[in-house]
Amino acid sequence: MRRSFYRGLVTLALGVAMTLPAAAATQLTGAGSSFDYPFFSKAFYIYNQKRPDVTVNYQSIGSGGGIQQFTAKNVDFGASDVPMNAEELGRAKQAVLQIPVTLGGAAIAYNLPGVSATLRLSRQALADIYLGKIAKWNDPEIAKLNAGVKLPDTPIVVVHRSDGSGTSYIFTDFLSHVSPEWKSKVGTGKSVSWPAPSSVGAKGNEGVAGQVRSTPGAIGYVELAYVIENKMPAVTLQNKAGKWVACSPETVAAAAATKPNVSPTNFSIVDSAGANSYPVSGYSWVMIYKDQSDKTRGKILYDVLSWLVGPQGQSNAKSVDYVPLPVNVQNAASATLRQMQR
Amino acid sequence: MQQLEPRFRRVARFVSPADRGFAAVVYGGSILFALLIIALFVELVLGSWPSIVHFGPSFIWKSAWDPVANKFGALPMIYGTVVTSLIAIVLASFVGIMAAVFLADFAPRWLATPLSFMIELLAAVPSVVYGLWGLFVLSPFVRTAIGPVLQKFLGWTPLFSGPIYGVGLLTAGIILALMIVPTVTAISRDVIAAIPRDLREASMALGTTRWETAIRVVLPAARVGIFGACVLALGRALGETIAVTMVIGNRPEISSSLFAPSYTLASVIANEFTEATTSIYISALIELGLILFFVSIVVNALARLMIWSVRGSERT
Repeated sequence: MRRSFYRGLVTLALGVAMTLPAAAATQLTGAGSSFDYPFFSKAFYIYNQKRPDVTVNYQSIGSGGGIQQFTAKNVDFGASDVPMNAEELGRAKQAVLQIPVTLGGAAIAYNLPGVSATLRLSRQALADIYLGKIAKWNDPEIAKLNAGVKLPDTPIVVVHRSDGSGTSYIFTDFLSHVSPEWKSKVGTGKSVSWPAPSSVGAKGNEGVAGQVRSTPGAIGYVELAYVIENKMPAVTLQNKAGKWVACSPETVAAAAATKPNVSPTNFSIVDSAGANSYPVSGYSWVMIYKDQSDKTRGKILYDVLSWLVGPQGQSNAKSVDYVPLPVNVQNAASATLRQMQR
Repeated sequence: MQQLEPRFRRVARFVSPADRGFAAVVYGGSILFALLIIALFVELVLGSWPSIVHFGPSFIWKSAWDPVANKFGALPMIYGTVVTSLIAIVLASFVGIMAAVFLADFAPRWLATPLSFMIELLAAVPSVVYGLWGLFVLSPFVRTAIGPVLQKFLGWTPLFSGPIYGVGLLTAGIILALMIVPTVTAISRDVIAAIPRDLREASMALGTTRWETAIRVVLPAARVGIFGACVLALGRALGETIAVTMVIGNRPEISSSLFAPSYTLASVIANEFTEATTSIYISALIELGLILFFVSIVVNALARLMIWSVRGSERT
């Protein structure tokens, strides 16, 4: 009885093994930013349809983890919302190429029962809310931007990401650009010490969105793709040019297009000039080693990434509510990629 | 383990090769666990060494947590961890012990079996489900119903003053209580069921009611085992991460109000470890793990002491 059971098990295992494809396929591995994950899984799936011998396994373990795994050479490429800095590059002990792969923006969602009009906020007003200097929704600074809207006397509950995230980095980078007080008191980072006395930290986009939705008077920044999919009301922000812009793939792309010479050392596109630029925008990056020890693998990695940053790869961004790179940035990214020794 | 009489020990020694092999396996198995704990401790100390050297002992009582300025202190997280666990154990032990008394002594069998099963099923719910439920259902309920009522009657105490966000110490404590109630109930029920019938019969013979027997005779007789169950449950509450992270508000601040957002040791690690890049930052996070390790050791040591004291009293 037992023996026949084992025999059955062995037969089953053999059967399963035989249906698996031959091991000729190349599997590339990458790790890092969870922000990139929906875009990558879609794009690499499409690539695999095109070239069935290449699969890309991407682990969304967070940017910090991605940089560590990349530095330890456990993965073929790393991905991070903030490019590796000089200290991190030093630890890699080898020349590293960093390429922008996709764009993101943080929309400012809010929950204000009884107010149906889309709220307008200036850059300064948003900074003052997050600094805790504006504590009520009917504060004169907000009221004068929203003439004709009857604002309630509700206290503002400031919601932020509690987990370290690229979205927080872009948002605090923006606040540091527009408010000297924020820059000196708080600074820019994936996790910061949030100064507003009525602030609450929530885990992930879904946490911030859930907290905002369930708390009257709450305001919070959420990734663009998430806000589009969940149809949350979001603030119209005033940009550097003084124009009012909503967060959308077009306005984020417009912000990126103002800076074609984006580089790993000069990557910030927050608060950029241009009439249609959404001010809370940023890139996400992929890291690879310039010298690939395994030339065949290096060639495949080059093929995958040059497809990803090219027009074909970028066309997959829209379907998952991500923002494709502007054409001038695509060209710059391809040029960087060509430096790869393969 | 039962001690053998000296004259049997020689016989019981492992003699044949099969016995020796068996001995190697069982000794190896138990030593492996000891080594694992030691390795964990060593790894935590090594990982947190830069932080221990840089911040010194003041890490434990400083309350700034500012990754941008590289200023780290663990006090708000220690406070949040201890307070949420205390709320949880107070709520869970009361409800859990009462449920155990009912299941062991009062419920008819057709009710006791499915009820026990359902309570134990609570332990099988993944903690992220508790967390999401806490965020979307419990925290609005605390903000609109539980909080205002508590504030109306007890708002004069600092414990229930201040704005109610929905997320915070109290909500986290309630979620934790739900998660540890199965542990308290299951063990307490077994302990109560193990109390000899004679004791109950003697008590009833003296003319007490069933309630008086349960409260005055059975519970005191089972108190040490029940206490052990609570300490065990407390251990789980201290280390619970995801559910707490979703409902505690993640704010490294010490506030006397139970409505205020707070932070726990495990939550900070879960939130910030993946994106931490500077070495001192990672090291500070690992040191939080080390502190949590010590807190858990203290709790487990307490549980062990309780069990020893039960054995001690049984022998005399």
